[in-house]
Amino acid sequence: MTPVEQLLTIALCVAGTMTTRFLPFLVFSDKRPTPRFVQYLGRALPGAVFGLLLVYCLRDVSFFSGTHGLPELAGIAVTALLHLWKRQMLLSIAGGTVFYMALIQLVC
Amino acid sequence: MHCKGMRRRALKAAFPYTIPIFAGFWFLGLAYGIFMNVSGFGFWYPMLMSLTIFGGSLEFVAVTMLLGSFAPLQTLAMALILQARHLFYGIAMLEKYRGLGWKRFYLIFGLCDETFSINCTAEVPQGVDRGWFYFFVTLLNHLYWFSGSTIGGLVGSLLQFDTEGIGFVMTAMFTVIFLEQWRKEKRHDSSLLGLAVSAACLSVFGADSFIIPTMLCLLVLLTALRRPIERRCLMP
Repeated sequence: MTPVEQLLTIALCVAGTMTTRFLPFLVFSDKRPTPRFVQYLGRALPGAVFGLLLVYCLRDVSFFSGTHGLPELAGIAVTALLHLWKRQMLLSIAGGTVFYMALIQLVC
Repeated sequence: MHCKGMRRRALKAAFPYTIPIFAGFWFLGLAYGIFMNVSGFGFWYPMLMSLTIFGGSLEFVAVTMLLGSFAPLQTLAMALILQARHLFYGIAMLEKYRGLGWKRFYLIFGLCDETFSINCTAEVPQGVDRGWFYFFVTLLNHLYWFSGSTIGGLVGSLLQFDTEGIGFVMTAMFTVIFLEQWRKEKRHDSSLLGLAVSAACLSVFGADSFIIPTMLCLLVLLTALRRPIERRCLMP
């Protein structure tokens, strides 16, 4: 690839990304009220999307070989328990991550 | 002066929410910069790309594309497919980002997974300007990613890593955000649907191509179940 082709490749990545980010806001303008159905989607989607993101983080974990995803599930359990107990975002995230790192570095 | 105080209050309110993302983005950004460095690219590549694309997964894939031969259509298609989930973020943020003036443009530009998660779930404290709060969350996350990637590109292979598993910070963050969303819901139809459909599509389509089928299934199911979901979950 020549430098110009490289720049074009990067520009196309930007164009693709920005299309997906701006499109909903361009279709449903700031000035007119959003259709009822889209408002419904806007309220119903976040829950579903956070479920998707959580699964997305685990997409490369193989549950049927190696450690069977047990360190990941244990890390998530520790994070969730910490969060249900203290409800301090940073504590839950740091605790879960440190627990997971210790688990895979020292045990698995 | 009033405006300055307003901005400072918003920054102070926004910063704590972004600390886990600082950890995650610096780790992933460094890893990405190092990856580019050892693939033979100067540091200005990760610098430019983290500034303009600002989307982790696509940037990693872009390294492979930059090493191959020039394929504009394939590049654009790949970008659209990998980033399609942002369409959902936009729909979910339509009302929250309404009427925020010039900030709105930057907020939409920087609407990555992590920024969306915070701005969608965080309760902006009383007396803090919403627009500036969203703005600083977006800006801080953008800066973390940009600086991490650039530093990774600069120091490259000099760094020694014994931080195996620190990438889990992102999983932990999404776990917490999922729980926060869960607490806010009266019924959990949508969250459970998201988990179940994603897991099912992941096992059917595999890690590299399950996002689009998941999005389509979710759209179809949420449309079909609109009546019961609206009645059970979303009624005030």
